Amino acid sequence: MTDTPTLDPDKIKVILATDCGSTTTKAILIQYVDGGYRQTHRGEAPTTVEKPFADVTMGVVNSVTEIGELAGRKLVGDDGRIITPATDTEGCDIYISTSSAGGGLQMMVAGVIAEMTAASAKRAALGAGSIVMDVIAANDGRRPHEQIQRIRDLRPDMILLSGGTDGGTTDKVVQLAELIAPAKPQPRFGSDYEMPIIYAGNNQAQGSVSEVFSEGGFDLQIVDNLRPVLERENLGPARDKIHDIFLEHVMAQAPGYDKLMGWTGAPIMPTPGAVGDILQTVARIQGINVVGVDIGGATTDVFSVFDETFNRTVSANLGMSYSISNVCAEATMPNVLRWVPFDMDERELRNHVKNKMIRPTTIPQTREALMFEQAVAREALRLAYKQHKEFATTLKGVQQQRTVGDTFTQETGGETIVNNMKLDLLVASGGVLSHAPRMHQTAMLLIDAFEPEGITMLAKDSIFMMPHLGVLASVHPKAAEEVFDRDCLIYLGTCVAAAGNVKAGKTAFSWSFNGHSGEIKGGEMDLIDLPLGETATITINPVRGVDLGAGPGKKVEREIKGGTVGVILDGRGRPLALPEERTACQATIQGWIDSCDMYVEEEATAAV
Amino acid sequence: MAKAYTPGLLVTTHRRHRCRRILPIAGDVNVSKGDQVVADQVVAETSLPGDVNPVNLANQLSMPASDVMDCMVVKEGDTVEIGDTVAQTKGIFGFMKTTIPSKVAGTVETISPVTGQMIVRGAPLPVQVKAYMSGEVVNVLPGEGCEIEADVAYVQGIFGVGGETAGTIKMACQAHDEELDAKHITDDMAGAIIVGGGRMTAQAVERARAVGAAAIVSGGIDDADLKNMLGYDLGVAITGREQLGITVIVTEGFGDIAMAARTFEMLKGFAGQEASVNGATQIRAGVMRPEIIVPLDAAPPASEGSGRYEEGQLEIGRPVRCIRDPHFGVIAEVSGLPSEPAVLGSGSKARVLEVKLPTGEHAVVPRANVELIEE
Repeated sequence: MTDTPTLDPDKIKVILATDCGSTTTKAILIQYVDGGYRQTHRGEAPTTVEKPFADVTMGVVNSVTEIGELAGRKLVGDDGRIITPATDTEGCDIYISTSSAGGGLQMMVAGVIAEMTAASAKRAALGAGSIVMDVIAANDGRRPHEQIQRIRDLRPDMILLSGGTDGGTTDKVVQLAELIAPAKPQPRFGSDYEMPIIYAGNNQAQGSVSEVFSEGGFDLQIVDNLRPVLERENLGPARDKIHDIFLEHVMAQAPGYDKLMGWTGAPIMPTPGAVGDILQTVARIQGINVVGVDIGGATTDVFSVFDETFNRTVSANLGMSYSISNVCAEATMPNVLRWVPFDMDERELRNHVKNKMIRPTTIPQTREALMFEQAVAREALRLAYKQHKEFATTLKGVQQQRTVGDTFTQETGGETIVNNMKLDLLVASGGVLSHAPRMHQTAMLLIDAFEPEGITMLAKDSIFMMPHLGVLASVHPKAAEEVFDRDCLIYLGTCVAAAGNVKAGKTAFSWSFNGHSGEIKGGEMDLIDLPLGETATITINPVRGVDLGAGPGKKVEREIKGGTVGVILDGRGRPLALPEERTACQATIQGWIDSCDMYVEEEATAAV
Repeated sequence: MAKAYTPGLLVTTHRRHRCRRILPIAGDVNVSKGDQVVADQVVAETSLPGDVNPVNLANQLSMPASDVMDCMVVKEGDTVEIGDTVAQTKGIFGFMKTTIPSKVAGTVETISPVTGQMIVRGAPLPVQVKAYMSGEVVNVLPGEGCEIEADVAYVQGIFGVGGETAGTIKMACQAHDEELDAKHITDDMAGAIIVGGGRMTAQAVERARAVGAAAIVSGGIDDADLKNMLGYDLGVAITGREQLGITVIVTEGFGDIAMAARTFEMLKGFAGQEASVNGATQIRAGVMRPEIIVPLDAAPPASEGSGRYEEGQLEIGRPVRCIRDPHFGVIAEVSGLPSEPAVLGSGSKARVLEVKLPTGEHAVVPRANVELIEE
């Protein structure tokens, strides 16, 4: 681990944090103001990992310089380094950072059975903030030579190998090791870099596995089994080891990171790992189920905490710039265009998509370009959430205690634990969601893509501050908690959505709160004002067959929170269905856009 | 604020260019420091370990893994051919023996008493690294490769497919905005680097491939044509390993877009000269753009134009390329750098700059939507 000096939290009054993303480096300044910690300024600049700069610290300095200009505080010294400690007019007391630049942390994982130990290994790698390039398993359907070829083609930063329960048979996991060793996987950075292998499998096989990796340029690290018994996962030791290796090996190889690591007052964390930490903390403290999404340029991360079980998935090629072309290919252009309420020339659009892919930092200048990007975003989010639901399941391979009542349910483990009806809070982050010109757009993108059911609070991480707070929590939990409460989440409002047997044009449910009341028909939406900071008790009476959380046709009475958007009443039913016919589809979309005030005419001061 | 940082593509008539030529694994370097090399010269070579073939002998012999060692006919390090017996059971009184013939040729790398698995490694795969660019070897990395330097003219494209190649520059279009079609491609362009102007059509690429051109370079290409050419829809811009028989480079982007006049004129000035090109593009971290490198006989005298602007800095009067609608592809001149963010037509607030368009009109565009033309 990187040694960092211990700071007295009481003496930390000015905190500078950056997140080095694959596209932009985002910096925030947190200051102790009027007896509490507040996020005061922010800045951003293109990330400079790539040539000709090939030095991540340049982007850091650029983003920090912008903050300095805005705050009237000199943060970068004449030597090009961040000034610490703080004085009244310059510098900061601590500088911390997360990183997903350089493609983030990329891993390959292997386990004996795809649905069991390999799935647990994947969960450990994802939970640590990694992108999982491939999962090798004895039963993954590939023949051994195909698996070896795949291992040879990949250039992971490290490999996590698991398999077997403690005390079980050893040969299968050793066999996996015997496939990996001769494949001699080459690391992404540095030819003199020994490929780190983390072994977190059957403890009885540690000796044999050590022998297999004793030659050939491997750096084998052994930790406790991540699935010591079928009924339980023990992902902590593997995750911790991944973080250690990320810092010691991977970060040290990326351009400029050796310098950056010398500047930070706490170990650099992988961005998604930090986001996961802060979301778990919130879910635990408030006792709620949370889904968080971070849609980036290259990937979309989905985090969920249901009944205290944390899951994270990374959809590697679902993003809004580097991968935008892949989103359109995977979702298909008709699916993207169904969200656009006007005609667009498909040839031109395809060229626009490719131009965005090759120049990923551009932003939509016109309303039409924005609406198209938001249509792509809905599809990227929808596909990413679908993948998440398929991954976030109960443990497979566990014997279920079944009663007579279960005889006909056919449940054998492995069902998704993601339940939209039980979802309490949906948090959005990532450029296309956080930087949407109107928060109504963010709210609608979330509802259209995630299709929450019943009563769900919607929020956004206004300036993608969760990673910064995740790492801040490791050095100054109080400051992290205060800033999270006051400045990080912006509550958009509450979505009240009907599930079940909703009939188009017929009443789905009636509602009342704060003296307002009304009815929502199938296929309709409505937006009711409930300002940020206010709460109300809503009473909902669904018609027979329609469910808003208490069961079909059952009355719901619950406290809801207001937000910058308000209360969105959604009678469209689940799953969302749009008309096949293009003109009818455009009219339907336009109706929803109007109902929720997604776009309003504002005076543009710039030429367009 | 009179200056601001923004990235751009490099187009220059002269730079001292260095390229690293590195083997994927350790091997032999064939050149010495100070050597003059030509583009297609092999500077380093090695052999990659052969393909690995696991053979589960315990399964095939129907016995516990721990008993497999007693049945082995070959040992680690032995060479086996297809059909050679690698293992044999003792049978019953010498009869009813089960023999396992090898299905692959290679060297027995390991035999595991834990899993009963034998690993046979195939013949080594030769790998050669060529100089790619004519120039002088300035650094030898023993066992790894070398670095080559030369005075070159250099054009960074925006996107390409296909790998490294070399050839003579031949102009196919007369103007920087002339569409490159099949009619512009002639039989004498075999082995050449064909330079067009505006969008290259699918027919032009096909014809260039048919005549045996090394590469084709132009301002733009249609996404649909690229998809047809590759046989799939490119999801992420990571290219360079396509086996198309030709390297394709676009300098500006997708759609009907003209090559920047300066780039066109520069390449025209080098018509008839040898050049090295690489279509490999990686638009992710560690970004890699396609390139056209023209080695020069000698460094030209410093011109007035070079070094006028600081690298990566937006400045008043500096030429920029608009890289997003509604001015996509237009080369304009920076006329103002307001420090305050402005509200765009999309409703977003962003930092902007003012540009003077070729028509003489002024426009406001987000800073994120321009790219410097680096000289």
